[in-house]
Amino acid sequence: MSKMPNYTSTTNACKLCKPLGASLAFRGIEGCVPFLHGSQGCATYMRRYIISHFNEPIDIASSSLGEKHAVYGGSANLKLGLKNVTAKYSPEIIGVATTCLTETIGDNVPMILNEYKEEFADENSPLVVHVSTPSYAGTHMEGFLAATRATVEQLSGPAAKHEKINVFSGFISTADIRYLKDVCEDFGIEYSLMPDYSDTLDGPALNEYPLVPKGGTPLDDIRKMGGAKASIELGSTLPGQTAGTVLRDKYGVQLYQAGLPIGIRETDAFMDLLTKISGKPMPEKYIGARGRLIDAMVDGHKYISGKRAVVYGEEDLVVGVAALLAEIGVKPVLCASGGHSGKFEESIATVLEGLDCAMPIVKEDVDFFDIEHLAREEKVDMVVGHSKGYSFARKMEIPMIRVGFPIHDRVGGQRILHLGYHGAQGLFDLITNTVIAKKQSDSPIGYSYM
Amino acid sequence: MSTATVLDERKGQVVRKGAAPFEIDCNKDSLAGAVSQRACVFCGSRVVLYPIADALHLVHGPIGCAVYTWDIRGALSSGPEIHRLSFSTDLQEMDVIFGGEKKLEAALDELIDRHKPNAAFVYSTCIVGIIGDDLEAVCKKVSKAKGIPVLPVQSEGFKGNKRAGYEAACNALSSLVGTGDTAGISKYSINILGDFNLAGEIWLIREYYERIGIEIVANITGDGRVADIQRAHGASLNVVQCSGATMELANIMKEKYGIPSIRVSYSGVDDMAESLYSVARHFDDPELMEKAKSLVREELGALLPDLKKYREALKGKKAAIYVGGAFKAFSLIKAFRMLDMEVVMVGSQTGTTADYEELEQVTDDGTIIVDDANPLELSAFIKEKDVDVFVGGVKERPIAYKLGVAFCDHNHERKEILAGFTGMLNFAHEVYISVTSPVWKFVPRRASEESAS
Repeated sequence: MSKMPNYTSTTNACKLCKPLGASLAFRGIEGCVPFLHGSQGCATYMRRYIISHFNEPIDIASSSLGEKHAVYGGSANLKLGLKNVTAKYSPEIIGVATTCLTETIGDNVPMILNEYKEEFADENSPLVVHVSTPSYAGTHMEGFLAATRATVEQLSGPAAKHEKINVFSGFISTADIRYLKDVCEDFGIEYSLMPDYSDTLDGPALNEYPLVPKGGTPLDDIRKMGGAKASIELGSTLPGQTAGTVLRDKYGVQLYQAGLPIGIRETDAFMDLLTKISGKPMPEKYIGARGRLIDAMVDGHKYISGKRAVVYGEEDLVVGVAALLAEIGVKPVLCASGGHSGKFEESIATVLEGLDCAMPIVKEDVDFFDIEHLAREEKVDMVVGHSKGYSFARKMEIPMIRVGFPIHDRVGGQRILHLGYHGAQGLFDLITNTVIAKKQSDSPIGYSYM
Repeated sequence: MSTATVLDERKGQVVRKGAAPFEIDCNKDSLAGAVSQRACVFCGSRVVLYPIADALHLVHGPIGCAVYTWDIRGALSSGPEIHRLSFSTDLQEMDVIFGGEKKLEAALDELIDRHKPNAAFVYSTCIVGIIGDDLEAVCKKVSKAKGIPVLPVQSEGFKGNKRAGYEAACNALSSLVGTGDTAGISKYSINILGDFNLAGEIWLIREYYERIGIEIVANITGDGRVADIQRAHGASLNVVQCSGATMELANIMKEKYGIPSIRVSYSGVDDMAESLYSVARHFDDPELMEKAKSLVREELGALLPDLKKYREALKGKKAAIYVGGAFKAFSLIKAFRMLDMEVVMVGSQTGTTADYEELEQVTDDGTIIVDDANPLELSAFIKEKDVDVFVGGVKERPIAYKLGVAFCDHNHERKEILAGFTGMLNFAHEVYISVTSPVWKFVPRRASEESAS
């Protein structure tokens, strides 16, 4: 195994900044306008980055701080910004995330928001939630999870017991969110999924520009989360404090944490969990899908057996994808992430157990310079991850399977289904066909029958 | 349009031509909460310097600023491609508390050794301005140790808008200019300022100039090279496109080296031709002018018949323009006119009073002119004017598409040449393939019209 030098500089980062994750999570709350307290550039850069993946508008407001605010504090601009967003967007809620600038100048956002409430708010004013997201501490995943947790912390209260379960689904595609909702419905489970950006970031063509797009987790649902039957929280590298732990510790809501249901075994575990919670067996539809998936895996296994893959992206996604690859006979030889939860390696080891798959090199807190360097020492047949790995995959002439975020060089990134038996089926077909296509096009003969 | 779409504080920044004597508010800080389409000072600097392909571009700050500007532009290089990599000091909490100078020095040290660039630019981001790292001292030290120019770019995001970033970039560039050997440069020589070689445009522009007998000393900054910029003061003339971004450098060079400058645009055939003529006029050489004229004749001869099909299909269609710099908007207005289209809205992120006055001159009555707009305003204008095609950047695209309006990318990410005579044809093609797509028959806006008629 190679020993990596410990570089000081970062080249082609495999992570994004914290407020971007927070903005995405806020977009998944009904009636919410994400708002960044910082320079104008942060909001604009993140909008562009998000737009290029989802091909949807995302209006992220900014307090647009200038030089004098950086010196004297951003309070006045934050308040003015909230007023203007309220006037133009009539949101039900505004989600304020800080940036490195406002964290460093030491703006006390909770205090400013209290002042704002006293000075300007009336019964028609939108709610305001806030989250601290300095980008020098953590990645977009921490920002996403922190915004979810902060919203739950600040909105939910003691609530009468009810039959719904809370689903904190993590940073997944809009297709994944829709799938999870279908699964719950098919089980007959009432649920509140959060954050739900499946409509707000993947909506229909319209006749009017939506001030705040339709969809998102209803505020009333969030308020009542403390009365839920249980919470399911997806992700195998979650931090100690999450939306789920808040509800458990404050209101005694039973919490089940599980990895993202990617691949057969992780999906089985998820379905078992739903059976346990609902008392109902897995619906026929999923039994059928599971059966077809296994049949397809048998039919296609020889094309991919023993192939070697590099997987990168958010830690939770990489864990799930590594599990799927190992199940279908592809060896994940390098699993890498820009995140550093401290739980990455252990989580990978857990999902690979019993699959006769050697432990891959697992690297937290790496950039694409490291990933390429490590990949070059392995014989690699495929690269599995988001668009930003394309440059090294191309240099190494390795075919690429696109999963995760961002997908900036294909259409439909938001519609990639990773979860469940159906997601595994799609990914299995894609992976196998990619290998077949390479073999076909590399061959001088031109087989039309592979 | 419901005037309610425009926030009170912004009302002076939206004007309808002919409604009253022309007066517009502009060049001010973006309004908090207005969801401006603008970025920041850092963005302005990054835009200008990014295409210098043999330089190291190190972003000193937390990861966001570097990662959102990683290889997002189609600024091509004919040689080295160091500019396509994203370098960051990725500051962490401890660095913010104890200062990031040591980390910066170590990062520069390893990156310069690894990539052997001919210069390094170090971009300051918001918090670097706050924690007070002495960028200049670190740059000086590393420059001495490595024997290459290491230039601080004072681009803290909050220190103004994008224009301030242009200035910071020009200041950094001006310290490169004047340090190279100018021997052997022709008297008919120019620097090309403000073209970023998107999709290879500067190669086309260079070819035009070379065909008429002009030597290009430095591309500033498309397909740029450090050594060329260092000898740019040997050129006789600065030819400045995208004047908002690089005029400052031309002004500095005028003051320091007495080099005059002219403003040009390479978008649209009139402006492209005028770019060649004005250079020929400057050198006051009949042979240059004759060559320029024959080049234009030749190119137009090839272009006009090809444009015919597009003009027929696009005649009378309504266009809206929202771009970064106002100068590009002038050219786009002319380009749309050449396609017999009507421009009903035009705006920019960073236009000046003079820019907008000129826009007012060249637009038709009723045209909406807007400074530093936002999604709600743009979508309201699109609806009100029943626009057929919107030309803008990535952030404008989903606004148009969501409402079922055709779109032409005229931004830094694009992969098509839109400059020069070739670019005019590509532009027409881009507009045409979007406007004439059958998909619009299915969007709610047109579907409801079709069912109503």
